Amino acid sequence: MTTGRLTPFLWTLFSAGGTIAAFLFPVHLFLIGLAFPLGWLEAPSYEAFRLLIQHPVTRLYLFALISLPLFHWAHRFRYTLYDGLQLYHLTVFIAVLCYGAALGGSAAAAYMLWNLR
Amino acid sequence: MPPTIALDVIRYRPEQDAEPAFQTYEVPFRDDWVVLDALNYIKDRLDGSLSFRWSCRMGVCGSCGMMVNGKPKLTCAAFLSDYLPGPVRVEPLNYFPIMRDLIVDITDFMRKLTKVKPWIIRDQVWPLEEGEYRQTPEQLDTYKQFSQCINCMLCYAACPIVGLEPEFVGPAAIALAQRYNLDSRDEAAGERLKILSDHAGIWGCTFVGECTQVCPKHVDPAGAIQQFKLTAALDALKSFLVPWGTR
Ligand code: SF4
Ligand code: FES
Repeated sequence: MTTGRLTPFLWTLFSAGGTIAAFLFPVHLFLIGLAFPLGWLEAPSYEAFRLLIQHPVTRLYLFALISLPLFHWAHRFRYTLYDGLQLYHLTVFIAVLCYGAALGGSAAAAYMLWNLR
Repeated sequence: MPPTIALDVIRYRPEQDAEPAFQTYEVPFRDDWVVLDALNYIKDRLDGSLSFRWSCRMGVCGSCGMMVNGKPKLTCAAFLSDYLPGPVRVEPLNYFPIMRDLIVDITDFMRKLTKVKPWIIRDQVWPLEEGEYRQTPEQLDTYKQFSQCINCMLCYAACPIVGLEPEFVGPAAIALAQRYNLDSRDEAAGERLKILSDHAGIWGCTFVGECTQVCPKHVDPAGAIQQFKLTAALDALKSFLVPWGTR
């Protein structure tokens, strides 16, 4: 396989996404998946949540939270297909498919976050 | 009758065997014995033709690495009691060409080690009268962990990329490069970055992490490679944003 000039950039996205998935996902899962529904912590009201999410900084944060781990997945999955299944002849196709999916997912997230009211 | 344990050992004598095959030996079991003791028992008492490398018997020389029940291990640190009731499968290190029995050809590994220029490189070397190059304990700490490598090659036998991509320079070599990059006396980090910034170098690694799992000296080669990647990524980012910069 050739090392494209993009590799360092793709790796940066991969590693940023991995950091987010490892450190921030558990916090969100704990708060929204356990602590609020089980009443361990008092859940903020719907209005308060909506106000919070409408703030541009929150939207940017959510975008990073969604998009970067998608690139983490893309990088991992690419090498799982490439090395794991040894699909060496499909290397370009696999790369386009994986990073394309991450780009698509990020675009969808951006679109939804942009249009949140 | 004293207890015994079986060892299934790979034999390959190129002058008579078409390919490597297992041979089983029954050796006494003692709970203070390691796999290397059992191999030495075989060589001394049962079959003097069995060939394997070893020297220090204390995890220092790095020569006794083999696959024990499929995992890369220093056989001088692998206690028989951890493999009860046996049999214990002993094979030469994964991904290396077998020369004879448990002995592998390490020529390629040696070539990869030197490829990363693992020595101190300086633009200007002081004359002897100026004294030694001094280093603070903090400066030593930055690379000390990566300097503990004993070249046992367990990390190569554990790394699937080493198996898939013969040109991949491998975990220990990159950790060693990082050891010199972080040394305050060295000035060749940029040079090593050029050598290692390709698919045969750091970008071949897909962060499987097995190297760090098996390393008997806690060198953490996977950590060294990720550190190296971060430097390379920042460097690439810089030359992308400032193309007229110093590179
Ligand atoms: S990094 Fe660890 S496993 Fe690899 S050769 Fe050095 S001591 Fe052995
Ligand atoms: S014999 Fe030296 S490390 Fe095992």
